[in-house]
Amino acid sequence: MTATQVRPDAPEAPPKLTQKRVRVLSFSQQASRWDLKVSPYLYISPFFIMFAIVGLFPIAYTAVISFMQWDLVRNSGEFIGFDQYIWILQNPQFWTALRNTFSIFLLSSVPQIALAIFIAAMLDKNIRAKTFWRTSVLLPYVMAPVAVALIFSNMFGDNHGLVNNILTDLGLPAIPWHKDPFWSHVAIATMVNFRWTGYNALILLAAMQAVPRDYYEAATVDGAGAFRQFWSITLPSLRPTLIFVIITSTIGGLQIFDEPSQFDNTGQGGAAGQWLTVTLFLYNIGWREWNFGRAAALAWILFLLILVIGLINLMITRRLVRDESSRGAAGVLRRMNRKEDAR
Amino acid sequence: MNARAFRRSAVAVAAFSASAIVLAGCAGSSGDTGDGGNADEEITLTVATFNDFGYTEELLQEYMDENPNITIEHTRAAESGDARSNYFAKLGKGGLADIEAVEIDWFAEAMQYSDLLAEAPDSVKGRWLDWKEAAATDGDGRLVGFGTDIGPQGICYRGELFAAAGLPSDRDGVADLFDGDWENFLDVADQYKAATGKPMIDSANSVLQGIVNQIEYTYTEPDGAVIATENPEIQAAYELVTERAVPNAAYAGQWSDDWFASMANGEFAAMLCPGWMLGIIEGNAPDTTDWDIADVFPNGGGNWGGSYLTVPADGDNVEAALALADWLTAPEQQMKAFAAAGTFPSQIEALESTELAEATNAYFQDAPVGEILSTRAEAVTVAPYKDASYFKYHDALQNAVTRVFDGVEDEQTSWNTWVAEVQAF
Repeated sequence: MTATQVRPDAPEAPPKLTQKRVRVLSFSQQASRWDLKVSPYLYISPFFIMFAIVGLFPIAYTAVISFMQWDLVRNSGEFIGFDQYIWILQNPQFWTALRNTFSIFLLSSVPQIALAIFIAAMLDKNIRAKTFWRTSVLLPYVMAPVAVALIFSNMFGDNHGLVNNILTDLGLPAIPWHKDPFWSHVAIATMVNFRWTGYNALILLAAMQAVPRDYYEAATVDGAGAFRQFWSITLPSLRPTLIFVIITSTIGGLQIFDEPSQFDNTGQGGAAGQWLTVTLFLYNIGWREWNFGRAAALAWILFLLILVIGLINLMITRRLVRDESSRGAAGVLRRMNRKEDAR
Repeated sequence: MNARAFRRSAVAVAAFSASAIVLAGCAGSSGDTGDGGNADEEITLTVATFNDFGYTEELLQEYMDENPNITIEHTRAAESGDARSNYFAKLGKGGLADIEAVEIDWFAEAMQYSDLLAEAPDSVKGRWLDWKEAAATDGDGRLVGFGTDIGPQGICYRGELFAAAGLPSDRDGVADLFDGDWENFLDVADQYKAATGKPMIDSANSVLQGIVNQIEYTYTEPDGAVIATENPEIQAAYELVTERAVPNAAYAGQWSDDWFASMANGEFAAMLCPGWMLGIIEGNAPDTTDWDIADVFPNGGGNWGGSYLTVPADGDNVEAALALADWLTAPEQQMKAFAAAGTFPSQIEALESTELAEATNAYFQDAPVGEILSTRAEAVTVAPYKDASYFKYHDALQNAVTRVFDGVEDEQTSWNTWVAEVQAF
C-alpha cells in the first residue's frame, strides 16, 4: 500500500510538490483511513449479502435447473438443454394460463386503480373522522389472503353461494362461477380488488397530501370546479406514484396465485383450466408433479414476461400521464414538473 | 406476491439441500444409533402423520410407559397434501420425522426412493393383507412401509330418501338392490331419479374412482408403457361415467364446500363409502338421522385409500423408530386406532378379531360396521397397479369427467382433450 497521503479534504487538488507531506502512517492512522473507505460498504453489505444468498443465488440456480431433468429428492439432474422451455411453449395449458392471467390482471388492475384514485380523492377531502376512514380502507389488506378466499368462495359457490342465492331468489339465472372462464375471472378479480384497492388508495392518498394546497386555492380563485381541479392538479401530481402503483400491481397481477388456488378445493385452476394462472401452472408442475426442471423453466419464462410487460407498462404510463400534465391548466405545476424532469 | 416468495423459497429449499446433507451426515455419525439393546439412552422419537390416524395421546403414552427411555413427539399435518410436500422436500436430506406417514395416493412416488427408507424387520412380514404388503415391497424385495389402514368400500345411503323413492330402505334390502355390476348400480340411480327427479349419487368422479380402483392396469404397465388413452377398460369406464353417472350425480367431484353441505340437505341419497368416509358423513350431517351403510359394492369389492408408516433411513434413531412403527401397526394397536378414528385395519389378525366383528356405529343405525367392512375387504380381489405417475393421469381423467359434468365440453371433445393432455406429459 502507498505510504503517502493526499490531504483527505482536497483529494481532487492538483499535487503541489511543496505541500506534499511525506511521512509514514501509523497503524491507527492507516486503520482510520480504511475505516473511511471501507466502512460504508460494510454497513450496507448485510443487505447485499442477504440478497445474494436468498435472491440472486436462487435465481441463478433456477436458471441452471431449468436446463436439467431434475430429481428433487436425490438432488441431481441431467442436462437436457432447452427441452423444457419448448415443452412449456408447446403446452396448450401454458397458453390458457397466460390468457387467464391477463384476463384476471386486467379485470383486477384497471378497476382497482380507478377505484383507488377515487377513494384517495375522497379521503383527501376534509371529512370527519379521517383516521377512522383511512384505517378502514387498509383493513382488507391486513386480512390473510386465504381468509379472504374462504369468504369469497362461500359467496361465489355455484349451488349454495350467497350471490347465486340472491340471484335465484330474484328470479335471475345463477352465474356459473366455476364453469365459465369469464365469470371465474370476475370472481377472482373481485377478491384481488377487495384486498388491494385500499392499499393502493392509501399510497395515492399519501401522494395527494403532498400536493401543495396553494394550487387548489389558486384554482378555486380562478373558478375551477372540483372535477377540473382533480383532473388538472391532482392527477398530474400523482404521476410518479401512479407509475409505482401500476408497476407493482402489474407484477402482482402477473404472479397471481393465492386467490385462484383457493377458488376451489383442488386448487388446480379448474377442470378445463378456466382459472389456471401462470403461477398456478408453475405450482402444479413443481409441487404436484415434482418436475422442478420444467417449473424452473416456466419461472424464467414468467420472469422475462414480467420484465417485458413491466417495460411496456412503464413507457405507456409515462407517456399517458405526461400528456395529461402538459394538457393541464395549472401552469405552476407544469413548470414544476418540467423542472423535475430537467433534474 | 406470495407466489414470488414461494418460488424463491422452493428454489432455496433445493439450493440449501446440499448443506443439509452435510449436516445430516454429521448428525448421523455423532452418536451411535439408538437401538433396543441400549435401553438406558434417552431417545426422542418424532412421528409425523396427517388427518387422523387414531394415534391418541393415551396410545402413545402406553408405549412410553413400556419404554421409559423413549419420548414420543407426535405432529399432525392437516391434510396429506401438506405432508407430501414436506416429505419429498426433505427425503434423503435429513429433517424428516423418525416415522413419517405416507398416503396410498403418493406412496408409489415414495417407493421410487425406497433405498432412502429403512427396511422393516422380517418379523413383521406376513402381518398384512397380501396386496397391502406387496405394494410396500420394492423391486429388491425390501419391505419399507408399515401398513396402517385400508379403505374397503360399502354403499352409504339415506333410508328415508330411498323409501320415499319407492326403493327398499333396510340394510339387507339395499344390499340386494345393489348386488350386481355398475350397470345395475346406475339402473337403480335411474329409478331413483325417475321417482324423485333428483340425482341419487353424490358425485360422478367417485363412481369413476370406484370403477378405476377395480382395474388392475389402468394408465401404465409395470414395464413403463403408457396405456392410458388406449386402454379399453379406461375408455369403457369413462363412457359409462359420462353417459350414465353424470346425469345421476349431484356434483362433478367431492370435497367442495357445496358437496360437504349436501350430505345433510338431501341433494343425493347414496355414496360409495370407504370406512373413513363414515366419520366424514357423520361430521358433516350430524343432525341427519337416516344415513345407513349396506354390505354391498358394485362389481364385487373395492379399496379406496389407506396409508403406510415409513422410517427414513437417514434418521437419528432408525432402530428405535422401526420398533415403534412395528408396535403402532401391530394388530392390537391398530384396533385401538380403529376405535378412535375409524381407520380400518389392514392386519390379518385385526381383521379376524372379535372386537372388530362386534364393532357397530350408532350414527349409522347401529350398523355392524366392523362386520360389513370386513366382508367388503375380503371382496377386494384386484390391487390396481399404481406407479408414480398414477395420480397425474387419474387427475386428468377426473378433470375430463368434470368438464362433461359442467357442460364445458361434450363427451368426445373432453376425451380428446384428455388424450392431448396425456400426450403432453
